[in-house]
Amino acid sequence: MANEYTLTRAEKRFIGWHIFVAVAALAIGSFFGPMQAFNYAGWNFYPQLKKLHIAQSYYQGLTLHGVLNAVVWTTFFILGFLTFNMIYGLKRPLKYPKLNAFGFWMMVVGLLLAAFYILANQASVLYTFYPPMKAPWPFYLGLVLLVVGSWIEGYGFYFTLHQWKKDNPGVRTPFIAFASVATMVLWQLATLGVAIEALFMLLPWSAGLVKGIDIQLARTFFWWFGHPLVYFWLLPAYISWYGYLPRQAGGKLFSDTMARLAFWLFILLSVPVGFHHQFVDPGVAPGWKYIHALLTLSVVIPSLMTLFTVVASLEYAGRQRGGKGLMGWLAALPWDDPIVASQLLAGILFIFGGFGGIVNASYNTNLILHNTAWVPGHFHLTVSTAVTLTFMGISFWLVPYLTGRELCCRKAALVQVYLWFIGMAIFSQAMHSLGLLGAPRRTPLGEAPYIPPEWSGLLLRVGIGGIILLVAVYMYIWIMAHTAFFAKKAAKEVEIQVAEAMTDVQAVPEWLDAWKPWLVGAVALLVIAYTPVLIDLISGMMPVAGPNIKLW
Amino acid sequence: MSSLHIDKHEKRWITISIALLAAFAVLIGVAGFALGVQVPTLDQKIDPTKLDQDPVWSNPGVRELVPGKKYEVYLIAQTWQFVPREIVVPAGAKVTFYVTSRDIQHGFKVLNTDLNVQVIPGYVGKLSYTFDEPGEYKFICTEYCGLGHAAMFGVIKVVPPEEYGK
Repeated sequence: MANEYTLTRAEKRFIGWHIFVAVAALAIGSFFGPMQAFNYAGWNFYPQLKKLHIAQSYYQGLTLHGVLNAVVWTTFFILGFLTFNMIYGLKRPLKYPKLNAFGFWMMVVGLLLAAFYILANQASVLYTFYPPMKAPWPFYLGLVLLVVGSWIEGYGFYFTLHQWKKDNPGVRTPFIAFASVATMVLWQLATLGVAIEALFMLLPWSAGLVKGIDIQLARTFFWWFGHPLVYFWLLPAYISWYGYLPRQAGGKLFSDTMARLAFWLFILLSVPVGFHHQFVDPGVAPGWKYIHALLTLSVVIPSLMTLFTVVASLEYAGRQRGGKGLMGWLAALPWDDPIVASQLLAGILFIFGGFGGIVNASYNTNLILHNTAWVPGHFHLTVSTAVTLTFMGISFWLVPYLTGRELCCRKAALVQVYLWFIGMAIFSQAMHSLGLLGAPRRTPLGEAPYIPPEWSGLLLRVGIGGIILLVAVYMYIWIMAHTAFFAKKAAKEVEIQVAEAMTDVQAVPEWLDAWKPWLVGAVALLVIAYTPVLIDLISGMMPVAGPNIKLW
Repeated sequence: MSSLHIDKHEKRWITISIALLAAFAVLIGVAGFALGVQVPTLDQKIDPTKLDQDPVWSNPGVRELVPGKKYEVYLIAQTWQFVPREIVVPAGAKVTFYVTSRDIQHGFKVLNTDLNVQVIPGYVGKLSYTFDEPGEYKFICTEYCGLGHAAMFGVIKVVPPEEYGK
């Protein structure tokens, strides 16, 4: 079956650039993840890496891993995928392609600027860049450009949707386009916090224009951004699970209506929750921390709705494929198709990521695990598995579509996604357990003098997970490089499998396709959840200059 | 305006989800605000460059308020050590920790307890604990603070009340 709409060569190339930058970042950043895991297991390669001038320290490696994987791989891949959804979903070109191109290249310039300082070991401040540890000011400028560039691409989406709505009065916005715009709106609300931190605090302070900044205030702006950031990663994976996976698995989307409602709830609830990263910060009052804990528990609801809708859609697909009985439908799903398998495996580990997330968010239970290895254990289930494995699955059809070549080595792709799943499961389980025992995160545990002998079995498992993941990630890079540049030209264009809903899309209530009430609600909630604490912090600021020496 | 159609199974699922999360919210609220399993709070703000001029912070360590019953610990985190590194308190006494930083952010976490605070320069965090069992409790820095971070730790020696001060 031929596609209903085709992107132009220029559009394909533009999206391809996004994916190229994303995969290149993953190729570099993912080298250091296993190096950290190996350090835990007692196989420390950092002295050799230093001799070879690859990384000066564990912490430079950790900064590269965090920034390139969690920020660059995700953001660039997401913008590429969402651009595709906008054009293909609305069956029209972007309204201002040059505006989007401008945003993209601004992101690239920002990335290069920040990357230069990280590679020069001038900014080994990790991806949270907590002050008053200080990087040179162009590093922060680079981050600002990266964020503002992404806003501009988002504005390009808004203009495009606006025009489409004008041309199609009364028609419900196609889900993949609606959800892509929703993701960018959430990103806009989230990144306001970090933009304020960078522009009004970090930049003037690191450039020497102001002497000191209030560290508690800076952390508060950071975490205004830091949690919805994870929903910015997650929502594009949800777009794939709702908007593509049901069809890829051989079925239909169970409920278009509930999919949209979930996205609205994310816009409403995912931003005013930042204090759940600050439960042990002294400068925020316990009552406000508890309120953010409640809001965080509320944002679990749309995730549980997603679980229901996705599983229901998959059950329908499994039964269409001849699966019978209570669980037979599950076995009948195409587990041997790398596009589907990657997303199913992503979803399985994400269930455990969700359980852990509830524990993190639960106010006083957070005392046990704040800043322990549990936390990276948790987000390697979410961003590094649920999100990353899904993005890999997307790339298995999107990259062939963009390049006009066949997916190289289908079998290798299948092996790769299972390896990723196994490696992450082993790594993550060990990290969670270490965290419960009190092992700190962001620490080369292989060199720490306080490690009790009973941790050694778990540390070894972290290393074993690292070996499997190192193999899996470079298999992926190899598959991508071949698919993009060398594989056989395909005879026909890849079929785009956008899922149909079981119900009539026009039956979606009008208020689920109206932006204003939800945006007003989201901003109102954000103002209520943050204003009193921000007023309190700003009126009693304790500016700190920090030591003027490089600590890494 | 068309109305919202929700499948009856999904309705049930969402109801159960909301009930479960509401139960969690109540439980952590009761544990926190009624049973005292509490997060750290702010004691005061203090300029980290002036700790040495402060009568209390120039001499960090243990203060005995009520012998055998109530103690305070003033603890400074700095690159890359805790001051003091060793703390001795009796078992069974309520110990209140006041923790601040002299330079950048650090973490203070005592293994096998729920003592955990982000150490923020300019801010003094306050948290309490009663060590019921005598023994050695390590505390470690849990926030990245530069090259020496992994070596930053200390120990709390909890001794039987009758041996304390001997």
